[in-house]
Amino acid sequence: MKKNIAIVILINVLVVAVFHLFWEDMGASKAEQKVSKLKEQLKKEKKSVVDHSKFEVLQQEFDRPEEVTKACISCHQERHKEVMESNHWNWEREEYIEGRGVTYLGKKNLLNNFCIGATGNEQACAKCHVGYNYQKNNKFFAKEENVDCLACHNGSDEYVKNGGWGKPHENVNLTEIAQGVGTPTRANCGTCHFFSGGGNNVKHGDLEMAQLDGDRELDVHMGLDGGDMSCTECHTTENHQMKGKMYSVSSENTNRASCEDCHSGPVHNQAMLNTHTEKIACQTCHIPEYAKENATKMTWDWSTAGKLKDGKPYHTEDADGNHDYLSIKGSFTWEKNVKPEYVFFNGTADHYVLGDKVDTLAPIQVNTLHGSYADGKIIPVKVHRAKQPYDPVHQILIQPYTYNPEKGSGAFWTDFDWVKASEIGQEKLGLPFSGEVAFANTEMYWPLNHMISPKEKSVSCQECHTRSADGRLASLEGFYMPGRDNDNDLDTMGTWLIILSLLGISVHATVRIMFYFRRQRG
Amino acid sequence: MKKQVYIYKRFERFWHWAQAALITLLAFTGFEIHGSFSVLGFDNAVQVHNVSAILLMVLIVFAIFWHFVTGEWKQYIPTYHKLLEQIRYYTYGIFHGAPHPVHKTVRRKMNPLQVITYLGLKLVFIPVMVFSGILYMLYRFMYEGEVYTLEWFSLDSLAFWHTLGAYLLVQFVIIHVYMTTTGVTLTENIKAMITGYETLEDEHEVPSEEKVSQSKKQTVNA
Repeated sequence: MKKNIAIVILINVLVVAVFHLFWEDMGASKAEQKVSKLKEQLKKEKKSVVDHSKFEVLQQEFDRPEEVTKACISCHQERHKEVMESNHWNWEREEYIEGRGVTYLGKKNLLNNFCIGATGNEQACAKCHVGYNYQKNNKFFAKEENVDCLACHNGSDEYVKNGGWGKPHENVNLTEIAQGVGTPTRANCGTCHFFSGGGNNVKHGDLEMAQLDGDRELDVHMGLDGGDMSCTECHTTENHQMKGKMYSVSSENTNRASCEDCHSGPVHNQAMLNTHTEKIACQTCHIPEYAKENATKMTWDWSTAGKLKDGKPYHTEDADGNHDYLSIKGSFTWEKNVKPEYVFFNGTADHYVLGDKVDTLAPIQVNTLHGSYADGKIIPVKVHRAKQPYDPVHQILIQPYTYNPEKGSGAFWTDFDWVKASEIGQEKLGLPFSGEVAFANTEMYWPLNHMISPKEKSVSCQECHTRSADGRLASLEGFYMPGRDNDNDLDTMGTWLIILSLLGISVHATVRIMFYFRRQRG
Repeated sequence: MKKQVYIYKRFERFWHWAQAALITLLAFTGFEIHGSFSVLGFDNAVQVHNVSAILLMVLIVFAIFWHFVTGEWKQYIPTYHKLLEQIRYYTYGIFHGAPHPVHKTVRRKMNPLQVITYLGLKLVFIPVMVFSGILYMLYRFMYEGEVYTLEWFSLDSLAFWHTLGAYLLVQFVIIHVYMTTTGVTLTENIKAMITGYETLEDEHEVPSEEKVSQSKKQTVNA
């Protein structure tokens, strides 16, 4: 009879195992095929480019960068007009925002909670604009020779745009650089997008210089032993219009670069995982952590800025060598290998627009990612928290005048006077200023899309499906998730049901035994 | 007079023990999925739970077929006859060594209390578990590369019924296992379910000739 039980158990185990293997294998081969097909495609796409050093028009001494632009246009006719229609040039987009209507928003007129705002500070900030001479505001945007082709197409790391108002440094050898142009590389995009916010990996957390020569552990797509892909392989570009955008400045659910552009259809071995994609973005499981190589800035407290030592600005560093205090900027905290926070996102966003009246009861939302369980997907975000200048009388955020190296200009980074810097900053934007500067808590949301980890490092099931308060999705509401959620009343009732049953049989058994012995004796 | 009777057929025993194994697996992995504890890991628990569930459903289909083909379903026709006596036995008589009020026979394997319990199990409990389980499993499903969602149920209501069922099931198993000790000897019932043979009283009410002719009739009907 023991044999019978053993056979039954054995059959069960075997059937489960065979079922399991068969199921896995069928799917696995399909998913593997898909990825290897993509890898083949990647190899084909790397093609050589023309040798610009052989063009006569580029074999001249360039004194001014504008002359390089003219030389470019002499062959690439009308392409500058495409640039002049792009976001990289205009720093604003026409977009529809629920509750605001059609708006024109971008770097030009939005705030962030890092260096706060570009407008008024273009002498420094324009080093990340694809143009020269940003100071001549009105005419600037119409002048084609102001287009900076080299910002994205230079093929060297010598091209540095720190000459003021978006111009290259005067020592830059323009001829050499003009002859070396080509398709934008990771380094080209990285010059601005890795160093935004005033240093490497300050803003994004998932975009930093380690991705120039990292491995696939850091980023499967950009890793040298991974896809070794350039930014434009996903952010495909037609007529200088890039695909994809960041919701720090964008609002509409259009022109998004998505994983599905390449990874289409059911991509997992298991149907269970594929059904997850209905409510969960790929990034949520495949970016288990960000800032994997170098730390990223998590908090920024402007209220401590302006302290001087012997009348001079100073800085201090944390244990990893990152600035944790700068007289010009205040106090920071940095973190490495950060677990993202998670929100529902439907692809639309709102922003704190200059002049919006807000109270400070809750942190001011510099940008708001819309979405709920009903209409969105869970995405991972970096949330950057800051304390930044706020006018308590007018109840608006202040954009201070920060950059002007001349003493007495009123710029905060030179004169360290909040009131003066705020007055000038607000005036430049046509905003009122009461003369009072307070500091408000703000939050800014940065969707994470890069630094995809190898699949073995993906977020595991129980990191979300857990009762633990540390569960990755512990704070998301509006849906029932197995493993995380339970009906407390039901569980209490169920537990008592079991306890009472056990108690019941114990009592019954005890009474039986007692009577049994009594009968034996009697 | 007592004699050894072949009471549980080969399939019946296979069905019982396979079901026991699967239900144990389902309960264990189910409560892990519920978040009550963490042993296998959530993903393994889900996999084992789903595969066991499918195997159990296949088994249930075979069992239903078997019951109808063999006519064994008639065992489940409920009756009030001796129901109160049976309850009185479990709550009083058993302590005093009284005889079982209903004698087990091949045609009547279950006492009236068992009949009601197992009928309820088969008509209410298992359907609730199976259907809430199927809907839970298919709450989101893939069809030709697209993800579909069953919109007309909320996952938490499905989870509620399925979990409620699970608690009742654990309770059933506890009592069921205990009740196996209430046979003529402590292990008689379990032995019977393993070997198929049980020592039964000779049937008083039904003369043995009539029994034989009835069982012949059943075979003809099948």
